[in-house]
Amino acid sequence: MALDLLLEAVLFGILLGCFYAAVSMGLSVSFGLLDVPHVAHPAIMVLGAYCTWLLGTWGFDPIIAGVVLTVPFFLLGMLIYRFYYEAFERRGSDAGVRGIAFFFGVALIIEVGLILAFGVDQRMVEAPYIGKSINIGWDIRLPMRTLTVFAVALAMSAVLTLYMSKTFTGRAIKAVAQDEAALRLMGADPVRIKQWAFGIATAAAALGGAMLIIIGPVDPGLDRVYIGRTFAVVVLAGLGSMTGTIAAGLVLGISESIVLIHPSLGASWAPAVSFTLLLLVLGVRPQGLFGR
Amino acid sequence: MKFWIGIAITLAITLATVAFVNFDYFFFAGYTVLMFVMLATAWNILGGYAGYVNFGTPAFFGLGAYTAAVLYKATAAPLVVQIAAAAVMSGLLGLVAGLLTLRLRGIFFAIATIALVVIVETVFINWRYAGGATGLQLLRPALMWPFESYIKMLFLVMAIMVLASIALARYIERSWFGRGLRALRDSEEAAECSGVPTLRLKVFACTVSGALMGACGAPMPMYLSFIEPASTFNLNYAIGALASPMIGGTAHWLGPVIGALLLSSLQQLVTVTISNEMNVLVVGVLLVVFVVAAPDGILGLFKRFVSRK
Amino acid sequence: MNSILQIQNVSKSFGGFTALNGVSLDIAEGERFGLIGPNGSGKTTLINCVAGSLRNEAGRIVFQGKEVTRLPAYRRTRLGIARSFQIPRPFSSMTVLENLMVPLEYVIHFNAKKSHAEAMEILGRIGLADKAQTQSNRLSQVELRKLELARAMAARPRLLISDEAMAGLSGSEVDEVLKILFDLNSSGITIIMIEHIMQAVMRFSQRVVCLDAGRIICEGVPAEIVKNPEVQKAYLGV
Repeated sequence: MALDLLLEAVLFGILLGCFYAAVSMGLSVSFGLLDVPHVAHPAIMVLGAYCTWLLGTWGFDPIIAGVVLTVPFFLLGMLIYRFYYEAFERRGSDAGVRGIAFFFGVALIIEVGLILAFGVDQRMVEAPYIGKSINIGWDIRLPMRTLTVFAVALAMSAVLTLYMSKTFTGRAIKAVAQDEAALRLMGADPVRIKQWAFGIATAAAALGGAMLIIIGPVDPGLDRVYIGRTFAVVVLAGLGSMTGTIAAGLVLGISESIVLIHPSLGASWAPAVSFTLLLLVLGVRPQGLFGR
Repeated sequence: MKFWIGIAITLAITLATVAFVNFDYFFFAGYTVLMFVMLATAWNILGGYAGYVNFGTPAFFGLGAYTAAVLYKATAAPLVVQIAAAAVMSGLLGLVAGLLTLRLRGIFFAIATIALVVIVETVFINWRYAGGATGLQLLRPALMWPFESYIKMLFLVMAIMVLASIALARYIERSWFGRGLRALRDSEEAAECSGVPTLRLKVFACTVSGALMGACGAPMPMYLSFIEPASTFNLNYAIGALASPMIGGTAHWLGPVIGALLLSSLQQLVTVTISNEMNVLVVGVLLVVFVVAAPDGILGLFKRFVSRK
Repeated sequence: MNSILQIQNVSKSFGGFTALNGVSLDIAEGERFGLIGPNGSGKTTLINCVAGSLRNEAGRIVFQGKEVTRLPAYRRTRLGIARSFQIPRPFSSMTVLENLMVPLEYVIHFNAKKSHAEAMEILGRIGLADKAQTQSNRLSQVELRKLELARAMAARPRLLISDEAMAGLSGSEVDEVLKILFDLNSSGITIIMIEHIMQAVMRFSQRVVCLDAGRIICEGVPAEIVKNPEVQKAYLGV
């Protein structure tokens, strides 16, 4: 493998990895911290992507659309969590199986709903930063859309990480993950905090969806690949670790990128990378890199 | 005793149907329905009894199908041998996957099963001998007496396998092995402290479940005279295997059967009149509704209705 | 004194939080042992490490001369360690009787018929015989606690750990549960009782240890422990 090809792959992998990290952060909160078996997270992301496309047909720039969408998706997230809590977490014992099955059903409904509403064909958006590439020297060209997404992803990751560590609500969210009882004693309502957290996670998914459709065309079945990617990142990071998510995202991004350019592997093996990584982590070090 | 009489009667009816009905479409449709009943029953052993949700039915099913296909291509082995080999391979997959991931919580196992599907499918997409992405054509062997059509034979084989799976599930359910599974489902920690070797039971359930799914997939290449990855590792198998028991009822062997019969009929109805996507939507909605409002499934509703009287 | 359980320098952490810090204890065979301490002091964590629900990072646990530190919980139960849970964990999809059959089948008999018979007998002894066919998620608090103990008893333990079996019970209910524990002890079973209800601990224990922030702060007979200023400080935070 030529060295400059490898370098390009690594660079691309870093950009991609940051994107993966950003779209996984919502899951890091909802699954990593709140323990919700949220297999529908990628589906909501794809829903966000389609909403972005819709707003695009009305003239919105995708990034702006993504930011705008965070508000309704935040509310949607709060609603979903409330429902999930009332229906499952309260009732105990069987909740695990039913919770997983519930989110699976939701993911199905979203995916098929999108097919019925938009058809199976791919959708894309247009923007001034989509379609061009930048030559950064050494004959390496990077697509502008990937760079744009990288910037947005970086910004989003920074905002979320700061929020979780600096603000009162953010720290309360981390606290509720560790010790609900203590939080209650302090007078805070764990359920409302979790609800708020899930709302944030869903809002993050919306922005993730916008990034998704910038980085490439989307189709309703895209959530399946991203289940692998987002869960691989979250598990590799270690449940609940925001900084770990970034590191794990990079690992995934670079691995996928290298497999993609590998002469004997290539595109037909790339989807398996995230899932293989996931299985490896689960088998060897289930608590991930920075796990609790 | 009543159960075995029921099995005998069902078997007799099946034989009679095979002997006297000559409407081929019936056997094609019936084969599909039977397949889903078997997959649902197999799924329920781990998913219903032990409480570990498996999204990876297509991996086990597909591995079984491909094992049969490759074995047939290499050695022209008879169907019975194909089925046995498929069961062994998928059982092994269940064993290994189980050992790797069943020590962890249920959601991790569930995600790992999704990974299994992708990985197994990717392997077969890239294996030229098995046909790769384009698929493999297979020539059916010459038909043996007393069967007049190949599809009738496959139907009968599948029917026998279904009955055997149901008998096995029932046996597990009623044995103290089944009680151990239920205990670990109710409270894994309490079960461990009560002397239940939870990991062993889970892995065993996963192995049996996988083996049955593999056996179910084995006749598929002969059914289609063709095998290719996309349709073999289809999400519909995952959906059907999971939704049928969750809608029919997970505590009893009858639940998956009822659920599968219901969903198969629904599938025939909706897919033919509207679209396949609409069918998935209906199943998705049913799944969510049942999981939230009727956690014990149709069987549970029936029990409550009967006890009210 | 014949030691049935030796906890040697056991430590356990959760992430950055140290729950147990070098705890060592020697429990004599047939002893009635009390374990007290404020909330969060590590009592249940210690129990979990002894029973096998958790793995301690450092130290050893020796039961009847055999090291069990690396053994999974079900093996320890089969060797003779049983425990009840602080918040009862019945097998809620099963009847009371079936709840008892699980340990009987998996530890003693490996046979449904014999287990059935013995389960009924145990239920009779603790006064739950008339509830045998009741769904276990329909029991009252005290009945649940009794079921917890019965399930632990069914495994024919040499050592029974009772984790706050009397929390939230009325005076007469506490007496009922205490009687069960006394009876078990008189048949030779060593009992470790974790409890907040002081009068129960004082009446029951021959020896008491007080835990605070993962360490043993004091050990002795009940009368001494109650007067100990360290213990009072730990509970009152003064």
